[in-house]
Amino acid sequence: MIFDFSDYDKLLPLVTNSLIAAALLGLMGGLIGIFVMTRDSSFAVHGISEISFAGAAVALLIGIDVVLGSVIGSAAAAILIGILGTRAKDRNSIIAVLMPFGLGIGILALSLYEGRTSNKFGLLTGQIIAIDSPSLFWLTAISIFVILVLVIIWRPLQFASLDAEVAKARGVATGKLGFGFLLLLGLAVAASVQVVGALLVLSLLVTPAAAALRVTSSPKLAPLLSVSFAMTSAIGGILLALGGGLPVSPYITSVSFFIYLVARVVEVMRKRSAKQSVSKGLKA
Amino acid sequence: MLRISQATLGYDERPLWSNLNLEVAQGEFIAIIGANGSGKTTLLRAILGQEKLNSGAIQLNGKPVTHGSRKIGYIPQSRSLDAHTPLLAKDLLTMGINGHRYGVPFTSRKDKARVEHILNCIDGHELANLPVGQLSGGQLQRFRVGQAVIDEPDLILADEPLSALDLAQQGILADLIDRERKDHSAAVLFVTHDVNPVLDMVDRVLYLANGQFKIGTPDEVMRSEVLSELYGAPVDVVRNQGRIAILGTHGADHEHHDHEEWK
Repeated sequence: MIFDFSDYDKLLPLVTNSLIAAALLGLMGGLIGIFVMTRDSSFAVHGISEISFAGAAVALLIGIDVVLGSVIGSAAAAILIGILGTRAKDRNSIIAVLMPFGLGIGILALSLYEGRTSNKFGLLTGQIIAIDSPSLFWLTAISIFVILVLVIIWRPLQFASLDAEVAKARGVATGKLGFGFLLLLGLAVAASVQVVGALLVLSLLVTPAAAALRVTSSPKLAPLLSVSFAMTSAIGGILLALGGGLPVSPYITSVSFFIYLVARVVEVMRKRSAKQSVSKGLKA
Repeated sequence: MLRISQATLGYDERPLWSNLNLEVAQGEFIAIIGANGSGKTTLLRAILGQEKLNSGAIQLNGKPVTHGSRKIGYIPQSRSLDAHTPLLAKDLLTMGINGHRYGVPFTSRKDKARVEHILNCIDGHELANLPVGQLSGGQLQRFRVGQAVIDEPDLILADEPLSALDLAQQGILADLIDRERKDHSAAVLFVTHDVNPVLDMVDRVLYLANGQFKIGTPDEVMRSEVLSELYGAPVDVVRNQGRIAILGTHGADHEHHDHEEWK
C-alpha cells in the first residue's frame, strides 16, 4: 500500500527534525540550483554526487562518519573538476572520466561492507524518512554554511555567471568565484546525498531551478520560485512518504518533476497568449 | 591617464605590434582600426591585464592593470549574451554599478537612482523590464553603453560595439558613447573595422597592420601614402562626402571583412 495516513498525527512529531532539514535543503538547493543552471553545470552535479557516494561508501566500510566521507568525496571531485576543467568543454569530459571511476570505487566498498543492507542502498537511493541525529546536525550545518556563503558572494557570482566578459573587465575574480562555486556545490551535494541519495540529487539541485527559469527571467523572482519549488518538493516528499513507509526519494523526485511539468505548461500557455495579444494588436 | 610604453606583444616570434607607444589623455576618443588578426582586441585585453606583454608596460593612472579594473567601462561586441539569460535589461545597469560587490545583495537607494538616471540617458525606460534575450542587437548595445558608463569610469574600452548593427543604430550608439564620454570626461578606446560611424568624434586613430602601427589624427593617418607604407602595398584612401573608403590589395581591403577576430 502506497498511502496510509491513519496514524499521521502520531508520526508527524517523529519527523519534525527531518522536516527542518528538508526545509534547509530546499533553501540551499533552490538557491544554488540557479547558478547550476546559469553556469550550465548540471552534469557537474551528477558527477560530484557519484564521487560523493564513493566517499560515503568508503567511510561506511572503514567505519568513519558517512557524512564526512561524502564531504571528502565531493570536495575531491569539485577540486579535480575545478583544476582540470577550467574550460567548459574540458569540464564535461573530465566529469565523464571521473564519474564511473568514483561509482566503481563506491560499489567495491559497498560489496565489501558487511553491515546493514539498508545503509548500502540509502546512499544511492535515499533514506527512509528518519535521518539519524549526527547526520542531521551535519546536514544542517552544511546547508546553513552554503546558504550564507552564497548570499555573500551572490552579486559577483551572478555577474561572473551571466556576463563573464564584462565582469572580468570590471575586476570580478571570475576564476576564483568559479572554483569557489564548485566547492560550495560539492558541499551542497554531500548534504543532499544523505537524504535523497546520490542518484537523485539532481531533483533537488537542478529540477526546481530549471522549472523556475522556465517561467521567469527576473533575477529576483527566479531564486524565490526555485527555493519555493525545492522546499515544496523536499517537505512535501517527506509528508507523503510518512503515509507510505517507503524511502522519501521517490516522493521528492516525483513532486519536483511534477512542478517542472507544470512550469513547462505555464511557459507554453504564456507564449501562446503573448502571440495572441500581438496578433490582436496587429488587427486593431 | 592611460600610458602604453614600448609595448610588444606577439606569439611564436610573430609580433602583433611592437614598441607601441600611446599616451591617452582624459576625454580623448581614439579609434583603433586594422584588419583581422592585427591585434586590436588583443590590445584591449592587454590593457585589461588579461594578456601579458612580451615587453613594455601599460599603466592606468600610473598603475598597471592586472585583473580588470573598476576604473574601466567595457563594451563587448554585440550579441554576446545567451538568449535564456535570466536577466532583465535594467539588471545590466545594476550589475555595472554593484555587480562586483560582496555582501547581502541589496541595491541601495543611491544605486537605484543612478540606474534611473542612466535609463534616461539611454532612453531605456520602456525596455528596462524586458529579459535581455528579447532585446534587439541595437537595444542591447544601448544598455551595454549604459552599463559601461554607470560607474563613471576613467576609460571606456569598446570592442567593435557597432558590429552587426544597421547604419541608423550605429549612429545612435556612437552618439551615445560620445555624449557619455563628454559628460564624464572619460577617454574612449574604440575598436572598429570602419572608422566612418565615429569619424566626427575621433581625436586620434591608431591603425594596426602587418605588425606595425600609425598613430595620429584621421587626416594624418587615413591617407594613401601612409597606409600604403603601413601595408607595404598600394592602398587607395578615397574620401567622398565626409566618408572614408579604403581600397587596396588583398589584406588591406576593407570591403571583405567578416567579424572574426584573431585570438
